[in-house]
Amino acid sequence: MRLHVPLWPAVAAGGFRRYATYTTATVAGVFTNTVFGFVIAYTYIALWEERPGLGGYDQAQALTFVWVSQSLLAAGALIGGGFQEELQERIRTGDIAVDLYRPADLQCWWLAADLGRAAFQLLGRGVVPTVVGALVFPLALPGDPVRWLLFLVSVVLALVVSFALRYLVGLAAFWLLDGSGVNLMATVASIFFSGMVLPLTVFPGAFGEFVRVLPWAAMLQVPMDVLLGRHAGAAEVAGALGFQLGWAAALLGLGRLVQSAATRRVVVQGG
Amino acid sequence: MEGLRGYGLIVGMWIRATMAYRTSFFLMLVGNATISGLDFVGIFIMFRHVDALGGFSLPEIALLYGTSTVSLGLADLLLGNTDRIGARVRDGSLDTMLVRPVPVLAQVAADRFALRRLGRIVQGLAVTGWAVAAVDVDWTAGRVLLLPVAMVAGAAIFAAVMVAGAAFQFVAGDAAEVQNSFTYGGNTMLQYPPTIFTRELVRGVTFVIPLAFVNWVPVLHVLGRPEPLGLPGWAAYASPLVACVVLVPASLAWRAGIRSYRSTGS
Amino acid sequence: MGMDVDDVDDVRGVDDVGDVSDVGVVDDVGADEMGRGGGGDVLIELDGVRKVFDVRRRTGLLRREKRQVKAVDGISFTVARGEVVGYIGPNGAGKSTTIKMLTGILTPSGGRLRVAGIDPARERTRLAHRIGVVFGQRTTLWWDLPLKDSYGLMRRMYRIPDDRYRRNLGRCVEQLDLGDLLDVPVRQLSLGQRMRGDIAAALLHDPEVLYLDEPTIGLDVVSKAKVRGFLRELNAELGTTVLLTTHDLQDIEQLCERVMVIDHGRLMYDGPLGGLHTVGEGERTLVVDLETEHPPIDLPGTRTVKVEGPRQWLAFPAAESAAPLVAAVAERYPLLDLSVREPDIEDVIARMYAGRG
Repeated sequence: MRLHVPLWPAVAAGGFRRYATYTTATVAGVFTNTVFGFVIAYTYIALWEERPGLGGYDQAQALTFVWVSQSLLAAGALIGGGFQEELQERIRTGDIAVDLYRPADLQCWWLAADLGRAAFQLLGRGVVPTVVGALVFPLALPGDPVRWLLFLVSVVLALVVSFALRYLVGLAAFWLLDGSGVNLMATVASIFFSGMVLPLTVFPGAFGEFVRVLPWAAMLQVPMDVLLGRHAGAAEVAGALGFQLGWAAALLGLGRLVQSAATRRVVVQGG
Repeated sequence: MEGLRGYGLIVGMWIRATMAYRTSFFLMLVGNATISGLDFVGIFIMFRHVDALGGFSLPEIALLYGTSTVSLGLADLLLGNTDRIGARVRDGSLDTMLVRPVPVLAQVAADRFALRRLGRIVQGLAVTGWAVAAVDVDWTAGRVLLLPVAMVAGAAIFAAVMVAGAAFQFVAGDAAEVQNSFTYGGNTMLQYPPTIFTRELVRGVTFVIPLAFVNWVPVLHVLGRPEPLGLPGWAAYASPLVACVVLVPASLAWRAGIRSYRSTGS
Repeated sequence: MGMDVDDVDDVRGVDDVGDVSDVGVVDDVGADEMGRGGGGDVLIELDGVRKVFDVRRRTGLLRREKRQVKAVDGISFTVARGEVVGYIGPNGAGKSTTIKMLTGILTPSGGRLRVAGIDPARERTRLAHRIGVVFGQRTTLWWDLPLKDSYGLMRRMYRIPDDRYRRNLGRCVEQLDLGDLLDVPVRQLSLGQRMRGDIAAALLHDPEVLYLDEPTIGLDVVSKAKVRGFLRELNAELGTTVLLTTHDLQDIEQLCERVMVIDHGRLMYDGPLGGLHTVGEGERTLVVDLETEHPPIDLPGTRTVKVEGPRQWLAFPAAESAAPLVAAVAERYPLLDLSVREPDIEDVIARMYAGRG
């Protein structure tokens, strides 16, 4: 690859710094995640008291699911946020033509910037809710550093899948006048199929089987299962990470195809 | 009154503008109802595994869910845009509102009025309708009347939270999300019965920020369930009064916010 | 945060210039009279008006330093009905703060302020019916809506009678050339088009005074000319009082008989433009692009300020016409292109201070 080594880290650092300046917004977001953590935690306690072992989790695991989900929500841009609306705005105003003629690849550029943003939100918005949850509720956080390391890898893959999907949503603006409909649908899908409403292991029957193989499962459910140690043995963990890697590769590849189609469109129309 | 008139004028204009793109509007309406409905799908899935949650059946929880959703939907439709006040302060567009002959709150609330938010209300009403039919309640006239009264009073309570949250943004500019935790977070809480939450939490949303009067207190009465804090019987009918009471500190906070803006300009 | 008064308090050694306002002060203004047309009665009245901001600056991770910044530091002046007044000064001098106090957006920290007999801070919405405001940097129009929807809303918001609305809108549409723009959403308008749209919006309710904060900033030459022409006619025909802040000396030259210069929150000059020029000894600059590099151009009455390859900068007295100079250059040198740069208002003011020694 003919890229300058320091470019992508620099772009990512820019994304990180950009979000790091909004201190009040970060504090407010942490507060909101924590409030939701409490509310949902009590509903899960009631649910798992009625049905211990539901979805293969004990109560402590279910509570861990709640709090760590709240911690990952902003980083994964699971309920909106992130770059896609900015990308759509650049497409709508035609500024994208400038981006396409840059020597840096468009997809890599946005990926680096979005990972920078996610890194900040993982730290800025992720740590406090999980700590608060762990102080108030009995959580099933692993003591094994290897598990945490695997979780971190899984989170990074989850962020890439989330990016790849939102990149497609952003590029839709090349063909659609108004991106708000697509954005709304993308948000609906990500809220429901990621496991934020309920863990996907709780979804019943064939429907449950189906939602667990969709790309959104790679964005929250899989990292949670890696953290909670639901995968017995190295092979199963590798399978879970492979599942994420597969979706990441597929969606990034699709993004490249769509991007080159879009680029041709811009070139044909003269920018 | 000038405020209501100005609010009506601006809202009317936005509705006309929205209706110029009917297809897009209906799609967004459906999308809005869908997002709002996801929580209920979650509850529905829970009840595939259990028969009761905190001692409440699915129709009973549906009644709590529906009433709270309608209240939040109404407040969100009418005042939902007040959470953009921090951005308005930052980009200076609040100044342009201050030179118009209409109260600023009316302008802020009406700006970009989003009729698609009817989606949440319609979805909440649909769930309420199903719950009313399915729940085992002797529907006297008083009980039937209590539901719409509670919904409107509940909307006023949520509205007070939104106005107070907007006022808070004069102090902390980017803190729009804080009010979400009380409105959307509060709504999520009210969708479930109070029996599953700790006593402190229930006390907090009864006496500190009286969200309990949005639906818990009146709907528990309709369902013939004991109120967990042992409030007197008439409390079930007190939601409109509570709404009036909380609107006072909210509007005072708003005034203080505008005043501090006009003396600091930031 | 984000105030334009950052360095107001590092006061340069400027002596108090005293009360420079010498416009006849009328004690009691018949505020509600609609006497228009520059009858000489006072419309705007400031007496010792001050505005102090508390600025909090972060000095450490948690520590914050609070200090007071005097954005407006005791300003007194009056503006009579029908006047067109230019209000100028460097960035952060207190121009915008003054306008914001005059419109009721900001409450003064001290002093007395009346517009049409109304205290703006106390009766903001009543005053709103009698003033028009245009902010150059931001629009008062509704961003996503067509221009005409914004106007329709203004009509009802200000309760403008039908015939008056039609007359005023017709006038603005014609003179500001808005006919083709009425159906265009504001966000699709160019800066110049938007500015014209904004000026029309501020005038539909027949305001007695029009405030313009940087009305020509960022506009192209044609748009600037259109805006200036319109304001001139507005004042001549309807007698509307105009108070404008600007960085563009041409705005002042073409519109204002009277200029006020503010710096560090204090009024430094109040009088005719000519007086300011004398004080400032303004120079204009002719920028010429020659075909090839040349030694510095030497023409009487000019001095060559800068040479950069084939481009040269020639300074000449602001009061003189550029035409003979251009002719002289074109005659003697292979000229490709040229442009005239107006003296920057800040240059003029800087020179003004230098002149005071």
